[in-house]
Amino acid sequence: MIDLVDYIEQIFSDYTFRTISIGTAVLGAVCGMLGCFAVLRKQSLLGDAISHAALPGIAIAFLITGAKDNSTLLLGALISGLLGAYWIKSITAKTHLKSDTALGLILSLFFGVGMLLLTFIQKQPNANQAGLDKYLFGQAATLLEKDIWLMIFVTVICLLVLLLFWKEFKLLLFDADYTKTLGFNIKLLDVLITSFIVIAIILGLQTVGVVLMSALLLAPAAAARQWTNSLGVMVVIAGVFGALSGVLGTGISAMQSNLSTGPVIVLVASVIVLISFVFSPSRGLLFKEIRFRKNRNDIKLHKTLAFMYDIAKSHENISHPHTIKILNNFQGYTKKSLYKLEQEGLIKIDGANWYLTEEGFYKAKNLYNQNVSLDD
Amino acid sequence: MTSAQIVIQLIASLTAIACAIPGVFLVLRKMALISDAISHAILPGIVVGFFITHDMSSPVLIILAALTGILTVFLVEFIQKTGLVKEDTAIGLIFPALFSIGVILIAKNANDVHLDIDAVLLGELAFAPFDRVVYNGIDFGPKALWVIGSILSAILILLVAFFKEIKLSTFDVGLASALGFSPAILHYGLMTVASVTTVGAFDAVGAILVVALTIAPAATAYLLTKDLKKMLFLAVGFGIFSSISGYWLAHNLDASIAGSIATILGVLFLLVYLFAPKSGMISVAYKQQRQKIEVLLLTFLLHLRNHKEKEERHINHLNEHINWKKSQSKKVLDLALKNNMIEVNANVVALTDKGKVFTENAINYITAGSEEAIEEMKKEFFLFRG
Repeated sequence: MIDLVDYIEQIFSDYTFRTISIGTAVLGAVCGMLGCFAVLRKQSLLGDAISHAALPGIAIAFLITGAKDNSTLLLGALISGLLGAYWIKSITAKTHLKSDTALGLILSLFFGVGMLLLTFIQKQPNANQAGLDKYLFGQAATLLEKDIWLMIFVTVICLLVLLLFWKEFKLLLFDADYTKTLGFNIKLLDVLITSFIVIAIILGLQTVGVVLMSALLLAPAAAARQWTNSLGVMVVIAGVFGALSGVLGTGISAMQSNLSTGPVIVLVASVIVLISFVFSPSRGLLFKEIRFRKNRNDIKLHKTLAFMYDIAKSHENISHPHTIKILNNFQGYTKKSLYKLEQEGLIKIDGANWYLTEEGFYKAKNLYNQNVSLDD
Repeated sequence: MTSAQIVIQLIASLTAIACAIPGVFLVLRKMALISDAISHAILPGIVVGFFITHDMSSPVLIILAALTGILTVFLVEFIQKTGLVKEDTAIGLIFPALFSIGVILIAKNANDVHLDIDAVLLGELAFAPFDRVVYNGIDFGPKALWVIGSILSAILILLVAFFKEIKLSTFDVGLASALGFSPAILHYGLMTVASVTTVGAFDAVGAILVVALTIAPAATAYLLTKDLKKMLFLAVGFGIFSSISGYWLAHNLDASIAGSIATILGVLFLLVYLFAPKSGMISVAYKQQRQKIEVLLLTFLLHLRNHKEKEERHINHLNEHINWKKSQSKKVLDLALKNNMIEVNANVVALTDKGKVFTENAINYITAGSEEAIEEMKKEFFLFRG
């Protein structure tokens, strides 16, 4: 717990640490929000391809300018990321190669070119080149205040456009054909969304790196999806999850030596996804399992009850006691299930005997009727 | 060429072949991205295996890492089956998480592991000739050669032995299972092969370029042919070609070998993508252009057929009547003249006999779908080729 207190103190006192925490939080939030669109459009892996495709852009920008100015490099990344995204679209549209092949192809080929250029640059006499490989896994520690202002600026613009075209985007997500028939320019909307996703990825390169960037886009959105069915709520939750992963990841990696921030942020986000998968009330695996078991038990009880009814109806007096033993041969029952039936007031147990109550008889009869009507 | 150089090129080529063969089936089965997932996700398996064996090319490590690869496939399929997210999201969630664990394991144990992050991404092909198998003081050659050689032999044996089963289940899962070949066994078999290959290639070319070697040759070959055997041979050829030329590119630039191989693969793909005879961009654009003109031609011929009056068929009148741009009308007119479908007498256009037959047949094809009449026309006109 001391660590945690330290950590909170550090956030407020240490300038660098505060800067980085704010940076990763903003980054996580914007990636989470835009990631919702990627996930819902089934373009989850587009982010992975784009982030890898950005690498040669960084290297070429450096080769041209010879300077390690962050915004120039990011501009190069932006151009090559957009190029990669466009090429993927054209491969899937114009050839018989499927989207998975196109994604994998662009991802690995662009990355290969990038690595070739990076290793080529590393052998150059230019002393300035050291540290270009921080874009591979990201180095949150190199975040400066002006980088964060850039992030916030881009985030605000993205959000404004998102709000402005909210209903168009929403429509496009869920029914692209209908959007087209209504007369909206879906090509423009598509380009806008894809560009935003590319921009979000480029912003994160410095912090999380090209290799793991896609996870920051996907994970918060996939987690948020489990908690709601409304797009607006999902975007907000994904933003919160993203920011949370950023801050926690930065904190954890700062407390330990030798931990790069990117992988830790990704792991925190993955843990959030895991928690959401298991514990989400409506879709989560845990509650689904609980509901499943409850249903199964109910069906078993109904089966026992129906069998009891079959026995009881041959007697004039429905409260005529029968021994529990005769249930055994035909229908599975346990002490627990009998106890439960008694608790619900459907049967009465008297020593080794049982008999149906009025209510139980009525329910069992209805149950039977329902079955008949269902079978018909 | 020194012997080390030959060995490097040999290892690179064998790796490329070993990757290209499963790659063809992954691309055809629309599962190309699973190789991306596997190549990232095996990292923790490799690191843990390394802690146990302290030897990058030990069989234990390879088995452990391959198991991690299969585990990844299981996890992706498990998440997908829960229905909580779509398949691509499941892939995108699993592999960064596992890869992160691997990176953190390496970073935390930097002193014990001679793996470093660069090696993970790029492999260590340049040093491969110097890591040799020495048994009882006898030098049996580079370890990497043995590893990738045995993986490749296993792949070739499996490919030859189960060729028709794999082929069938790739193109018609339903028929394959009806005939009694278990799709699940073939699926996991392919995944196992992909995992093992990835692990073997990982050491040489690194996590991400394995994906390039797996997908790119297959995708390039797929643009050139739709015959499975030809596709396999082409993919293998592309793999070998890019390995060898990639090595020399890296040699001249003094840069990463794996990166150069991927770059050559990229250039190859780009060339085929642009110039492939059937599905290349240029031939597709040409085809679309031709089809457009031919549709116009047919419209034009129909117009002539439907208008007996001379003034309707006057050459100056046509332009404004059909409402085309001048250059467009000229192209159509030229094409029709070239095929002897029309004749121009004193600026009045008329259909020739050939033109009349052509138009009749085309209409029959379009309205009644009668195929026989147009067999001849198919040769000259793209329009009727579906």
